[in-house]
Amino acid sequence: MPDTILMPAGHVRLGSNAGQPMTRRDGIAKVTGAATYAADNRPDRLLYAVYASAGIARGRVAKLDVDTARAHPGVVEVYTPENRPALEQDPDEKFHMFAWRTEALQNDSVRYANQPVALVVAETLEAATEGARLLSPEYEEQPARIGFDNGEIYEPGSTGIGGAVTFSKGDIEAGRKAAVRTTETHIDTPLQYHNAMEPHAAVAEWDGDLLTLDCPNQALVMARDMFAKYFGIPGENITLRSPYLGGGFGSKAIPIGPYILAILAARELDRPVKIALRRDQMFGPVGHRGGTRQVVKLGTNADGQLTALEHNATSTTSSFDEFIEGAGNASHNLYASPAISTAHKGVRMDTGTPGPMRAPGEASGSAALECAMDEAAEAAGLDPLEFRLRNYSETDPASGKPFSSKALRECYAEGAKRFGWATRPLEPGTMRDENGHLVGWGVGTSLFPAPMFQALATATLRADGTATVATGGVDMGQGAWTALAQIAADGLGLPAERVEFLAGTSLQPDGGVAGGSGHTATAGGALFAAGSDAIRQLAELATNDPDSPLFGAGNAGVEARDGRLCAADDDSRSEAYEDILARAGLTALEGSGTGGRDPSIGEQWAMFSHGAVFAEVKVDPELYQIRVTRLVGAFAAGRIINPKLAQSQLTGGMIWGLSSALHEEGIHDLRSGRLVNGDFAGYHIPVNADAPSVEALLIDEEDPYVNTLGVKGVGELGITGTVGAIANAVWHATGTRVRSFPIHISALLK
Amino acid sequence: MNLFDYVRPASLSEAIAAGSKPGAAYLAGGTNLLDLMKAGVAHPGKVVDITRLPGLDRIETLSDGSTRIGAMVRNSDLARDPSFAASFPAVAEALLSGASAQLRNAATVGGNLMQRTRCPYFYDPNSACNRRESGAGCDAIGGETHSHAVLGWTETCIATHPSDFCVPLAALDAVVEMEGPDGTRDVPLADFHMLPDETSPGGADLKPGEIITALRLPAEAAAFAGNSRYLKLRERTSYAFALVSAAAMLRMDGDTIAEAHIALGAVAAKPWRASAAEELLNGATPDAETFARAAEAALDGARPSGDNAHKIDLAKRVLTRALTQAAAGTPDRMPALPASVFASVNGASAHA
Amino acid sequence: MPLSISLTVNGDRHDVPLEDARATLLDVLRERIGLTGTKKGCDRGQCGACTVLVDGRRVNSCLSLAMSMDGADVTTIEGLAQGEDLHPVQAAFIEHDGFQCGYCTPGQIMSAVGLIAEGEAGDDPERIREGMSGNLCRCAAYPGITAAVIDAQRRMAEAEDERKRA
Repeated sequence: MPDTILMPAGHVRLGSNAGQPMTRRDGIAKVTGAATYAADNRPDRLLYAVYASAGIARGRVAKLDVDTARAHPGVVEVYTPENRPALEQDPDEKFHMFAWRTEALQNDSVRYANQPVALVVAETLEAATEGARLLSPEYEEQPARIGFDNGEIYEPGSTGIGGAVTFSKGDIEAGRKAAVRTTETHIDTPLQYHNAMEPHAAVAEWDGDLLTLDCPNQALVMARDMFAKYFGIPGENITLRSPYLGGGFGSKAIPIGPYILAILAARELDRPVKIALRRDQMFGPVGHRGGTRQVVKLGTNADGQLTALEHNATSTTSSFDEFIEGAGNASHNLYASPAISTAHKGVRMDTGTPGPMRAPGEASGSAALECAMDEAAEAAGLDPLEFRLRNYSETDPASGKPFSSKALRECYAEGAKRFGWATRPLEPGTMRDENGHLVGWGVGTSLFPAPMFQALATATLRADGTATVATGGVDMGQGAWTALAQIAADGLGLPAERVEFLAGTSLQPDGGVAGGSGHTATAGGALFAAGSDAIRQLAELATNDPDSPLFGAGNAGVEARDGRLCAADDDSRSEAYEDILARAGLTALEGSGTGGRDPSIGEQWAMFSHGAVFAEVKVDPELYQIRVTRLVGAFAAGRIINPKLAQSQLTGGMIWGLSSALHEEGIHDLRSGRLVNGDFAGYHIPVNADAPSVEALLIDEEDPYVNTLGVKGVGELGITGTVGAIANAVWHATGTRVRSFPIHISALLK
Repeated sequence: MNLFDYVRPASLSEAIAAGSKPGAAYLAGGTNLLDLMKAGVAHPGKVVDITRLPGLDRIETLSDGSTRIGAMVRNSDLARDPSFAASFPAVAEALLSGASAQLRNAATVGGNLMQRTRCPYFYDPNSACNRRESGAGCDAIGGETHSHAVLGWTETCIATHPSDFCVPLAALDAVVEMEGPDGTRDVPLADFHMLPDETSPGGADLKPGEIITALRLPAEAAAFAGNSRYLKLRERTSYAFALVSAAAMLRMDGDTIAEAHIALGAVAAKPWRASAAEELLNGATPDAETFARAAEAALDGARPSGDNAHKIDLAKRVLTRALTQAAAGTPDRMPALPASVFASVNGASAHA
Repeated sequence: MPLSISLTVNGDRHDVPLEDARATLLDVLRERIGLTGTKKGCDRGQCGACTVLVDGRRVNSCLSLAMSMDGADVTTIEGLAQGEDLHPVQAAFIEHDGFQCGYCTPGQIMSAVGLIAEGEAGDDPERIREGMSGNLCRCAAYPGITAAVIDAQRRMAEAEDERKRA
């Protein structure tokens, strides 16, 4: 990695602040309880809103006991489809690429369990909660369509958001014929629910036609403008504040019915209204990861190289909208194969509509692909790591384009070394620990795209040599408050402590979306450019000022370092920012920048983060309880802005993979369509004791093409690879290949 | 949560008077009652707070050598009581394997005995449940039955009792002391939780107004201290209900089992005392073959109540393992992961 | 009949009038007293985000009926630091990056303070993991949390030793 990434003007470089393992700038706020999440806001005259959840999965609400609810002490108003004030935007219209159809009491139909069917507003949270219960809905119920075998299978319009449904390269038939061995791996993955620790919440307060909305959100300006549509006001009338998100994972980017209703209630009642979903309400209107039923067919030649890779998936979506988990797409860009074919189908069920959930598509697809690769390795009699190396792709298998960077080979090597992979016996069921537990080792490859979006930023350099930078970016835990500030500081040639970093509201320049693992690159790019722009102006002042020691150095001849501009070729010539500004009589100097990617870059290069995950599981030989005793991941994701935080993102992602492998699943009663485990007691996510040893190694990788920062992103990478690695380790321990995630004790019982 | 009257009586008799009224519920740690009220499953019209009643928070040894535990003793305090844990290590281990540290700090002995099933259909007011509403039917049958009973169930109810604590207690012949409008009475824990029959879903044997005042363990129960284990199979390493569990206590006479006490958890609507298996073990040599036969005997009559036949097999395996562990001797120190399959030997740290 | 309770929270006495008896300690702290550092994650004792110390013991405030807590001494996340000086557990959570989104963090920290006070886990990572398993973290900052608790426990023990020697 070069120390210097030159911006066009050439004054600033990454590397003084960026790259340092700084602790979180929001750390003190978060450990003292001072960080204010949306539901922590308590404006005067606050009312509480709670919605009544549908107790059926399909049909219509025939009756609501509104009188009883209204009569409950403290209840102020009850909204049902009969009296819900008009909205300017139909919640069933797909008015934006990121608009999901949502329920805001537009009619009395029920299309999934836990859908909002009425809203109760009260003086206290307790009264609103009880008021909602007292509505005691009665229904006209229709049979629920839940489960792969009970829903309508159809040809979807896209995968994910605008992704392709089918893909093919090369001659699959020829590839199959060329194979000496074929394997066919069937994998089911369940519905998963994001379940950020912070339930979705909003506090809405109107002042005339101006709205202040405290609401956790991953895409502030986009969401602001979508909210505005519902209320027929300009986006600028809304101040959306989201300084802290208690986790998002893809579920907090768009307006949902409950928010819209709370905002509506606040306007109608002319008082601030707070709504915070209960945990059980997190299983319904806020998105989820659709379930998948996947088949991966691999053909291999005598050298253990793939001749054909087919990956087909059926993914669940709702009866009324579409989001297809693009599982098959995980097979496009990883392993070399002359022929690749992927295809998706949808299956419509009476659930809420799925949405992007951390590594949407890749998480499910990687699980199946990595299990399939393991099975193919076994069939070929090869070590699964060796098998992956034999199928290493030097160019993007899908497009043939070169990778902008790919240090996956180093990831394999470093991860394997750290893990101790070399001593792994080929045969399953041969390792035991000192307590007699079966031990298994498995590997999986991580892959995630390195997209960029659009972002804007400003940088203001002040006369005292400090600066303020701003972008409406958001920190949902990934560390934006810190990493983006580090980038911004380098863009200004200042130490981070002299840079005030503003983010987290829609008042700042549009910071784009915190998603797709592209926020650091995109918003960071905008911040770096903004700082650089300010420094360019400063350099112009200095080099054109006869009183400056830098006079005549030429704009390109100076560098910004630690609050000073220095002549590039003569260290003795330098001047502090303060002095330049003072002499110019300026109190401040403003720069602006954009983040994004020239489309031509994408035409030239395939851009992905990579990694290798090694898992050790222990399995009781008779009772089959499983514990993941070690996870070692080695990841290459271009320039790492903050290794401490990047490691946390990656280990967190790996534990998400562990969760997918062994724990989380939404279980529906197939008759009623209701969740039977819609809470944290039933919907298991890992606890501390489930993750005794998780380690992420950061592999050096230089990427001069991906963007000006050389950053690829680490937010979603860690899940991919890990699910398969754990399943493969379970096989290595037990000899059983489990076809359905999560892996239950009962599936291993022999 | 519905509106309710809250009273905090100063004496047991006041409490019983208040608690005898229709719709009254006793509040102790609240970890189950408040949960049920929030779920819309319990709707007491009156909540009688018994947490400050005098005299219910003691652990004492009675003159006959039995141990008496006040109903308001918190789970964590009981598990951490050195003398109690030394005498009844499997009980302590079971306590520490239940819920979380926070919940154990609040939950009481009496409350643990009174906790309701975790059957999701019981918890879902939109589902039919005979436990919630007599005669309503049971939607669990034919539904998701991963956690449901394989012993002692009827078409009326297939739910299981979720307690860990009660499993070794049932094995150790614990006795429940109660006081109510008609005076005091003692009921063996083995009879306190009643199985469903053709018409009734079963439940706790507590009459209106009755309060659990204490739990008694007979003096003989301490004789098993040297060979006592509780083993809890879980789908998550901690903070999870048992898939199946077993308490195994052996009183050894040299190399022979003088007396065995066994109970299974999460297999029935009550902690399942396995008397036939105990008889088979009494006087036997502790070996794998004997334990396997005992496990077969313990699950005699088991049948799946749905898609849960695996629990029968697992219960046998868990019991066999618990017996093996008990025969090997109670660890010197509480394992780092109490009752876990991954509890390392003698509490040693498994991972640095 | 109007109800009221009295709580000592972080050393300050609060007399809190209640409309009715059903408020939990968690909702009283957050919505009446205005101490919003304590978080609601599940409201059902299934996640630990609402952990506070009541009379020195860690409990789930969401399952604590406020009326029943009348007179209790409560410590919340806002009461740990002494002015600018962070509690050793707070400092260790920052140092070891024991959080990401921060939402479960107040509960994690209060739970860790409770765990250390219980004095049974010592510096055994496995006992700490088990003892902290009542606090879910969806970001899965568990490696950092465990490291932070070990570190804080050690520092607190050293400080205690020093105090005794002095």
